[in-house]
Amino acid sequence: MTGLAGQLTELAGGAPHAPALSMASAASATVQSIALRPMAPPLIAALAGLAVLVLDLFLPAHRKGLLAAAAGAGLLAALLPLPSLAAQHGATFCLPASAQGHGHGRPPLCGYAADGFTVAVQLLVLGAAFLTVLLSCTAVRTQRLPPGEYWFLLLSATAGAALVPACRDLVSLVIALEVASLPAFALVGLRRGSRRSAEAALKFFLTSVTATAVTLLGAGFLYAATGTLELHGIAHGLAHTDPRLHRLATAALVLTFAGFAVKAAVVPFHFWVPDSYVGAPVPVAGFLSVVGKTAGLSGLILLAVYAFPTRSAVWGPLIAVLAAVTMTAGNTAALRQRARLPYGAVRLLSWSSVGQAGYLLVPLAAAADDAGHATGRALASVGATVAYLLMYAAVNLGAFAVVAHVASRGGGNRLTDYRGLYAEHPAAALALAFFLLCLAGLPPGFIGLFAKLAIFDTAVRHGLGWLAAVMAANVVVALYYYLRWTALLFQPAPLATGRLRTGTAHNGAPHGGTSHAGAGEDDGGAGERPAEAPGVRISRPLAAAIGLSAAAAVALSLDPDLVLTYTTGGLR
Amino acid sequence: MTAPVLPLGSTAPQTLLLCAVALPLLGSLTALLPAPPGLRGRSPGQAVLRHGVLVTGAVLALAVVLALGFDHGHPERMQARTDLPWSSIGISFDFGVDGVSLPLFVLTALLTFLCAVYGYFTLPRGSASAESGGAPESGSAPGPTPRAFVALLLLLESGMLAAFSTLNLLLFFVAFEMVLIPMYFLIAFWGRPEGPARWAAAWKFVLYTQLGSMLLLLGILLLGSKGCGYDVLDLAGSGQAGASGGTGHGAGAAGGGCAARPLGHGVQLLAVLAAGAGLAVKTPMWPLHSWLPDAHTAAPTVGSVLLAGVLLKMGTYGFVRILLPLAPHGMHVVAPYLAALAAVGIVYGSLACLALARRGAAGDLKRLVAYSSVGHMGFVLLGISTLTRTGVNGALFANIAHGLVTGLLFFLVGALKERTGSTDLDTLAGSAGSGAALYGRAPRLGGLLAFGAVASLGLPGLAGFWGEMLALLGAYHPADGLGRPGYLVFMAVGGLGTLLTAGYLLVVVRRVCMGDPAEQHPAAEGESAERKSGSEPESPESTKPPGPAEPAEPAEPAEPAEPAQPRVPAPPFGAAKGALPDVRGFEYAAWTPLVALTLVAGLWPALLLGLSSPAVQQLLPGVSR
Repeated sequence: MTGLAGQLTELAGGAPHAPALSMASAASATVQSIALRPMAPPLIAALAGLAVLVLDLFLPAHRKGLLAAAAGAGLLAALLPLPSLAAQHGATFCLPASAQGHGHGRPPLCGYAADGFTVAVQLLVLGAAFLTVLLSCTAVRTQRLPPGEYWFLLLSATAGAALVPACRDLVSLVIALEVASLPAFALVGLRRGSRRSAEAALKFFLTSVTATAVTLLGAGFLYAATGTLELHGIAHGLAHTDPRLHRLATAALVLTFAGFAVKAAVVPFHFWVPDSYVGAPVPVAGFLSVVGKTAGLSGLILLAVYAFPTRSAVWGPLIAVLAAVTMTAGNTAALRQRARLPYGAVRLLSWSSVGQAGYLLVPLAAAADDAGHATGRALASVGATVAYLLMYAAVNLGAFAVVAHVASRGGGNRLTDYRGLYAEHPAAALALAFFLLCLAGLPPGFIGLFAKLAIFDTAVRHGLGWLAAVMAANVVVALYYYLRWTALLFQPAPLATGRLRTGTAHNGAPHGGTSHAGAGEDDGGAGERPAEAPGVRISRPLAAAIGLSAAAAVALSLDPDLVLTYTTGGLR
Repeated sequence: MTAPVLPLGSTAPQTLLLCAVALPLLGSLTALLPAPPGLRGRSPGQAVLRHGVLVTGAVLALAVVLALGFDHGHPERMQARTDLPWSSIGISFDFGVDGVSLPLFVLTALLTFLCAVYGYFTLPRGSASAESGGAPESGSAPGPTPRAFVALLLLLESGMLAAFSTLNLLLFFVAFEMVLIPMYFLIAFWGRPEGPARWAAAWKFVLYTQLGSMLLLLGILLLGSKGCGYDVLDLAGSGQAGASGGTGHGAGAAGGGCAARPLGHGVQLLAVLAAGAGLAVKTPMWPLHSWLPDAHTAAPTVGSVLLAGVLLKMGTYGFVRILLPLAPHGMHVVAPYLAALAAVGIVYGSLACLALARRGAAGDLKRLVAYSSVGHMGFVLLGISTLTRTGVNGALFANIAHGLVTGLLFFLVGALKERTGSTDLDTLAGSAGSGAALYGRAPRLGGLLAFGAVASLGLPGLAGFWGEMLALLGAYHPADGLGRPGYLVFMAVGGLGTLLTAGYLLVVVRRVCMGDPAEQHPAAEGESAERKSGSEPESPESTKPPGPAEPAEPAEPAEPAEPAQPRVPAPPFGAAKGALPDVRGFEYAAWTPLVALTLVAGLWPALLLGLSSPAVQQLLPGVSR
């Protein structure tokens, strides 16, 4: 390890060329330069994953908890280079000047670029993965998931997701997408002996692989039309395609979106979402809902803003319509989740994440208006997506943390299981209420409201008034199911009959909450509780996860500019 | 007077205003924490309710000092200004009060304080908590706790105060949204009657008004994105430049960029339609009013007072603060339609109330007051839609008057409910054998109810008169180009509405305070007994309706009482009638300020008109009336 560290410090000292290259640079410039400083975050995450896998071989069974700590430490280490990268952008895997066919004094085409967008998304991915590590500690232990493999898969998927926003050519992009997806398939199906888990993994796998195949087809067509795979090169090539290949190019750019749209849970690629989230362990569902979505959206943003700016007339309306359909489908399906359904909580969060994906696409559709001009302006429009994603990551993972706790109590994780949570765990209930209101976009969830305002503002400014109206209607619809769950938290817990957790005795939705708020408790009902409720304290990592997410959301509510700065050009 | 009553210096008003807005928010957060050792009080519930009273009292004191320090010689000038940039999407900490918002600000602080006092004395007894003598750990007691009540009340107050004092459109929207969740929880968890009805009312309230808020947001975004930002004063300068067609008049310090880019007529019209529809839901304007009666019927007393007294004002305040100055052309186009809908609302509210007040209709008194709010806000909208200074001044006056009077009425109805156990008019009027008969049993309460009703119908000398009169006067002579014949019709319709309002209010006073005369038709009795809207069991006191119709009374109530209403005992003839508890000490404390202010505003209208008139002149610069 020390040797590797030594090599890293030597190479990452800011010098853009590896020592080997400096000898050959005078002779020919056909070898790519590799700088490790820009690549540090995903690289460290990947290496940490490998380290954890190896460490697993040497740890005895009762010390496996150390692996979690190692994974968390690895992610924190991966976060360390980000401030320096934010201050000074970098790029690597750059083509030497002689290898660029059309370099008219342009900056070198690099396969990996660590600019403002990359740094912001990597911060998001690594932070969300850290929260997932906290979330997973309890689940790994109680559900007997193989720890070494679990942490390795999680860190690998993180590394892939951190790699996606930095890729500037199609091959790296698809590779990064697959690195982010393949471990996720395994994570979803990691619960051995669970039929639901295996089914969920298979659904996810088949959908994702098919979509990736479609993406590769589109990439092939793009190569045929433009002759290059670099994103900027494709942009230039699309502006000057052979007229005979014009239609092919248009079809290609639509096809290329498919693989990323699956990860981002965009309609009509969203069908895997509810079943996979329910079948996966709860922390993995949270990870997919945040990090997977981020990977998909970053890919879509890169393609639309960097590769296809000249064809914004094609993808702009397409993404706008997809956004409208996605948010509507997600919200209306979430409305239908009955409170007594098993796994209702995770299912509702999964449909809500589909709805949120719709909101997240709106600024991208608005960026079409700016895309023909300098990339910077389009990135400012897209900044609303990044800001919303940052808020969404903190809040959604916090909600999943509370859900993980309730799920660990056993009993099917129905929405009715949350009834009376305030009486047992007031802090967790208040936190969950805060998170749900942030997702709904209503005070006291201020940051949720501000992030939605940013998206509305972007849409209206770029002439997508109809989309803003659709989003407004969707916000009202979504308020219903978020608020219904929030109200359940504060209703008095049902009188215990021991069988309550099977959900037979009460009609769970708020309309049944009648007599308990009245004087009926005076007969000693206050003393009776469901059997597993008293004394089940929230495990420390889960409590830490809830606390961290709540702290992040509160900090953002007090100073929304921490994320909203991306809406005014912080992504350049 | 040209100098403020209390000279405060230049920075003190800003601090006062910011403190007044922020203090309830802090109080709400601290209410959730357990009480520190020195402040435990008799029980955790009592401690947190006392905390609520203290915080709202402090806010009221700040508001009063702010009002005293206000420069009454220049109410058109925005005073106590703070302008700090906060977020890059255009939200800034922009607060200030002028003659339009100061009365509403003080009214909000006053009503919330009175609600906190009322809640302090009524909550442990009347509501569902197990505080007094119940489980020692109050945080885990089942059912809604006073702690949650106080936290929600203070959060609500912060939102309302922020809405009336902010000059940033997006922050106004945030404040608009901020009041929704606390009110939803107040209705759903503390409302009466318990059961699915209050949940349904709460859902209807929150979803309907959220839809309105979203429409308002679309309008605001349109104004802000096509204009130059979200500052009301900057946009007002450009709006006036557009309306007058010349150089910006009073364009403000932001000057050149804004004044040079007035909003186009199409943009203004679209913004007025969107934002106006959203504000109309809140007002509420017929036909977007259907959330109001259910919400009021189900809400607890405190919730109803704040809903009617303050939340409805936010809608009309939005019209005056945002739409009038920023989109004058759009308002000009929409005004006649607004006036028509307002006139319909006035008559509709009165007719609905008359239907509820009818004997045998089993009308709910709270529902009746709710529909009367629809009528009163119709007058406010009529005044605004005249686009004259007279009309808008009348609208603003009617706003304050409605807040005072309807707040008082809801307090009284709540007290009546607590004493008799019912708000059903037929029960209160004694048509099934027991009734309130307030003049006989609780004369001061009856007197206050009569006072409230008379103030509500607009008797000269009380606050309600001036608002209605000025609104109708404004409709007599609307702004140029609005179509005077139509407005004359609306004015006549409004006058008819006043007549109907007097009708139903006097009927209500007669029925509740004096009781119904002897029944003629036992069959009608049986029907009305079956159609009672659900309530708690009645107090066991029997009534003897006063008046000469007594001897014929007892024979009839005996038969229909048994089958339908086992809990209404048939009163034996001549049975001793218990006295209802009359107005208690804390009720005097809670209601006297409202009574006094209603009298003062009615007898000295210059108090309010002197504040609003110069400010309205600023908002409608091109108008000569």
